Amino acid sequence: MNQLQNFNKGFIRENPVLVLVLGMCPTLATTSSSLNGLGMGIATTFVLVGSNVVISLLSNLIPDKVRIPTFIVIIASFVTIVDLLMQAYVPDLYEKLGIFIPLIVVNCIVLGRAEAFASKNSVFSSLIDGLGMGLGFTMALGILGAFREILGSGAIFGYKFISGDGILVFILAPGAFIALGYLIALINSLKELKKD
Amino acid sequence: MAKTESTFRNMALALTLIALAASTCLGFVYELTKKPIELSNLNKKLDAIKQVVPEFTNNPNEEMFRLPTGEGDSLEIYPAKKDDVIIGYAINTYTKNGFSGNINLMAGFKPDGTIINISVLQQKETPGLGTKMTEPAFKDQFNEKNPSEFILKVIKDGGPVDAITAATISSRAFCDAVQRAYNTLKKGDLK
Repeated sequence: MNQLQNFNKGFIRENPVLVLVLGMCPTLATTSSSLNGLGMGIATTFVLVGSNVVISLLSNLIPDKVRIPTFIVIIASFVTIVDLLMQAYVPDLYEKLGIFIPLIVVNCIVLGRAEAFASKNSVFSSLIDGLGMGLGFTMALGILGAFREILGSGAIFGYKFISGDGILVFILAPGAFIALGYLIALINSLKELKKD
Repeated sequence: MAKTESTFRNMALALTLIALAASTCLGFVYELTKKPIELSNLNKKLDAIKQVVPEFTNNPNEEMFRLPTGEGDSLEIYPAKKDDVIIGYAINTYTKNGFSGNINLMAGFKPDGTIINISVLQQKETPGLGTKMTEPAFKDQFNEKNPSEFILKVIKDGGPVDAITAATISSRAFCDAVQRAYNTLKKGDLK
C-alpha cells in the first residue's frame, strides 16, 4: 500500500465514522452545528497525529503487557494539551465543545489506530495514517453537522438563511441518529455503484 | 531494535519513564497557557460587566465583594461607580436548574433593583434551543423591569416571562438565576 492510499483510506474506504462506525459518542453529541463538528474533528485530528507518531516511535520500547496503559497515558497527555491550548486561544469553541474535549481520551478511533496501526508501522506511515483518519473524521463530522444545522436551525456555519426555527428534532439527539443513518446509507449505496 | 521483553523490570521502567515524560510536557504546556487562559477569562468577565451596567469610571473587578445568597453560598458583586456614586451592580449569578449543567449569568441591576441588562457567561444548553437564551429576543425582555413587580416566572407558570420555544426548562432556569441575584441584592440592603 503506498502512502497516498494510506492517506485517503480515512476519507471513504475506512472512514472512522461512516464505515468503521467508531467514536459514536462525540459524533452524535457535538454535531449539532457544522462549526462544532469541525472543531471537534480538528481537535481529534491533532490528538490522532500526535499519539500515532509518539506511539510508533516508542512501540519497540514498550513491553507488550503494558502497551494499553502506556498508549492511554500518551493519548491523555495530548488531549490535555489540546484542552489547555483551546481554553487559552479559542475560548468560545472550547466552551461549546465542553466535556467532549477531555472525552477524546476514550474515543475508540484514537486507541484503535494506536493499537491497529501505529504500534506496527513506521513513524511516517503512522503520521499519514493519523492525518488521513483524523481528516476523514473531521469531514464526516462536518457533513453531519452541516446537515443537522441546515435542517434543524435553518443556518449554515452560524449564518441563518431562513428566519424562525427549523425542524427541531435534528438539533436533538434523535436527529443525530437519523442523519447519521442516512449518511451511512448514502456512502454504502455509493460503494455499491462503484462495484457494478 | 528488538522488541522489549515484558519482564517486571521493563514494564515498571517503561511506565515510569513515559508517565514522567508526559507530566513534564503537561507542566510545560500548563505554564505556557496559564497567562492566556487567565487573560481570556478576565476579558470575558470585564466585557460582561460593561454590557450589563452603564458606563463607569471605577474598576469594578478590583472593588468586587461577596454577598451571601442565604442558601449557604455567596455571589460576586461588582459595583459600578461614576464619580464615586454607585450607578449599578453587576452580579455574577448562577442556577443549578439548567437543562444540562449550571448556567452562569452576569446580571446588572440599578441600585433600586431594576434590571439593566443581562449577559450569559456560561451555559451548556441544547444548541438551537436553550442556547437562544443568549439572544436579545429572549434576554432583553427583562431589561428595565423590576423583579418586585415583574414576577420572574414563565407564562406557563403564571408569570409574564415569554419562554423560549421548546426550552421552557432553560427559560425557567434563567429566571431562577436572575431571581437569586435579585434576592441577594435585596438582602444585602445596598445603598
